[in-house]
Amino acid sequence: MLGKLSLSAIPVDVPILVGTFAGVAIIGLVVLAAVTYFGKWGYLWREWLTTVDHKRLAVMYIILAIVMLFRGFADAVMMRSQLALAYNGNPGYLPPHHYDQIFTAHGTIMIFFMAMAFMTGLLNLVVPLQIGARDVAFPFLNSFSFYMTLIGALLINISLFIGEFAQTGWLVYPPLSEMQFSPGVGVDYYIWAVQISGVGTLLTGVNFFTTIVKMRAPGMTWMKLPVFTWTALCTTVLILMSFPILTVTLGMLSLDRYLGMHFFTNDAGGNVMLYLNLIWAWGHPEVYILVIPAFGVFSEVTATFSRKPLFGYSTMVYATCSIMVLAMVVWVHHFFTMGAGADVNTFFGIATMVIAVPTGVKIFNWLFTMYKGRIEFTSPMYWTVGFMVTFSIGGMTGVMMAMPAADWIVHNSLFLIAHFHNVIIGGVYFGYIAGLNYWFPKAFGFKLNEKLGKCSFWCWFIGFYVAFIPLYILGLEGMTRRVNHYNNPDWYPWELVAAGGAAIIALGVVFQVLQIYVSIRDRNLPENRDLTGDAWGTGRTLEWAISSPPPAYNFAVIPKVYGLDTFHIEKEMGRPAHGQALAPIHMPKNTSAGVFIGAFTFIFGFAAVWYIWWLAGLGLLGILVTWILRSANEDIDYYVPVSEVEHDEEVYSRRLAAAQAAE
Amino acid sequence: MAQASHSSGASNSHGSYSAYLIGFVLAVILTVASFAAVMAHALSPGMAIVVLSVLAVVQIFVHLVFFLHMNGSSEQYWNLLCFLVAVATVVIVIGGTLFIMHDTAMNMMSR
Repeated sequence: MLGKLSLSAIPVDVPILVGTFAGVAIIGLVVLAAVTYFGKWGYLWREWLTTVDHKRLAVMYIILAIVMLFRGFADAVMMRSQLALAYNGNPGYLPPHHYDQIFTAHGTIMIFFMAMAFMTGLLNLVVPLQIGARDVAFPFLNSFSFYMTLIGALLINISLFIGEFAQTGWLVYPPLSEMQFSPGVGVDYYIWAVQISGVGTLLTGVNFFTTIVKMRAPGMTWMKLPVFTWTALCTTVLILMSFPILTVTLGMLSLDRYLGMHFFTNDAGGNVMLYLNLIWAWGHPEVYILVIPAFGVFSEVTATFSRKPLFGYSTMVYATCSIMVLAMVVWVHHFFTMGAGADVNTFFGIATMVIAVPTGVKIFNWLFTMYKGRIEFTSPMYWTVGFMVTFSIGGMTGVMMAMPAADWIVHNSLFLIAHFHNVIIGGVYFGYIAGLNYWFPKAFGFKLNEKLGKCSFWCWFIGFYVAFIPLYILGLEGMTRRVNHYNNPDWYPWELVAAGGAAIIALGVVFQVLQIYVSIRDRNLPENRDLTGDAWGTGRTLEWAISSPPPAYNFAVIPKVYGLDTFHIEKEMGRPAHGQALAPIHMPKNTSAGVFIGAFTFIFGFAAVWYIWWLAGLGLLGILVTWILRSANEDIDYYVPVSEVEHDEEVYSRRLAAAQAAE
Repeated sequence: MAQASHSSGASNSHGSYSAYLIGFVLAVILTVASFAAVMAHALSPGMAIVVLSVLAVVQIFVHLVFFLHMNGSSEQYWNLLCFLVAVATVVIVIGGTLFIMHDTAMNMMSR
């Protein structure tokens, strides 16, 4: 009746988990009670849960990413503290079985549910605004994609309290992830959570690709596209090319596990090495899916705060596109040691090194943008400059490891761990936080606190070096990744330093939380309000041409684009009145279909993990029926009347005039 | 939204009756030829695989051109481009996999 599920699946004997559960339950109850007390259920349902507005979905994506950041970061702190303790006979406080789950959870959650959700959130917030569109091409699909991501995240986190996490590392390599060696539900949770969120990511790719191709404002030809939107386009192309590989690979792994097939088993003709090949054919493009939009953020931030057009716009576009192409042909560098011959390793080694060329072009473009600019050192700019230094170091250690001969020495050592944290924290994370600080006033109409933002930056920046430079050294000293305890006295001091670095980063996270709290508290102070919509005063692209937060329909009149950085040109020449008569605006209606499909998907995923097949069938049926009902519904759009648009415009121009008078 | 509704109705060419008929006849000929290549036992197994592969690729193009109306016209531009990217992905992933796995198998003596 309940498949594999029984009371013994709840880990009541692990005090850390019981404590976490109590914490999560208390926070959850407080949130639910608060929503009830303030009578906000209707508001939450109408304005947020059922929304198809890309800006609202963006906010929900980023909230999800930040919550997942806390989870992933807690795992990181546990790993570092375990290794600071577990030396010379001391077993530390995490037994190997639990420790293996923690490093798997850290990688899985940070990549799939923190970074991917954050990236999708930024795309949602910015892309339609930058291209002068009123929504994405498929608004309901956008809501559906969000619920797939959310349900994936929920499912993988439920495994904390019911069942277990996989103990296999974040890419669940067979044969360890096969039934023979991982009979528990950890790998099944992983498979279903990643597959479900993968559906969301793939459809987000389809959605934004179509949006950018089809819905650009008139006059916005390809070489007039803002750089962030270019990077978004390249990312969606990579999503479309690589995510199907992930789906198929995990599909084959689940056939092995559920139906006893032999794609990746040791015996009966299975080939374990094929899994490595396939998973990295997705895994390497995935790295670039994450970092390319971050490059876009840096391009926007540097140009805005240097008060100059971006240096070398067209080379930036070509560099982004070459990175996109090269990202598809470098995947072997993740497994040079697997046993391919010199010709395979040489080809992929050289292809990997070649990526450094377009990336170098970008770094120099940002530097030359800053050169002789009147740079305003706001917190997004701090993260950007911190990125340029940190990412360059990470890139160079990457080129080192691109040499197969060198890679044989440091493969799977802490050197590798230090390298990819160097590019993922220094590139992806710094970029997303720069983007959050930069576009936050656009989404909410008030700025984030600059002082706390800078404090947080310094903690992250210094903490990063203190935590990860020791890992480079440990790697060269021969310490491999995923070690639970050790006896080597040479390693111990570096582990202590690294733990100190994690503590400094923790301080950075605290400052970020504080920054959000203080900013919300002080949102009505005049210096924090963004009345003009051009929050930084030096915005160049279309998103700054409308009020903050923008109305649901974004643009009262679709703007005409006649150059790169149209908004900047308009400001130089005085804002022209659009002079066009307002017309009713065609907009999509909110829908609860996403919520219901999400709920049924959760039931389906949970049931599939635990082999409760009747329930899985019900979940699937629910998904199908909801989908059909939604497809049959023709009442999905409405027109915003001219009077409402006129009213919004009037309020905005009055605020604009007041702000200009105050200057 | 407003732009989407304008541009979505652009590609309405569903081909003519004769195009479908030509496509159908070609598809039938190619299918029969494939069966014949094997059932006549006139070719060596290696040769048969080559012939089948060629016929299959031609079959794909017949379907694309006559049934999916893919051509070089401007309204088909994005469909054609997406198709070419899909082909490129398949070539990279499957070609790369064959290259890597064959080399690995030789080197590791696992086959």
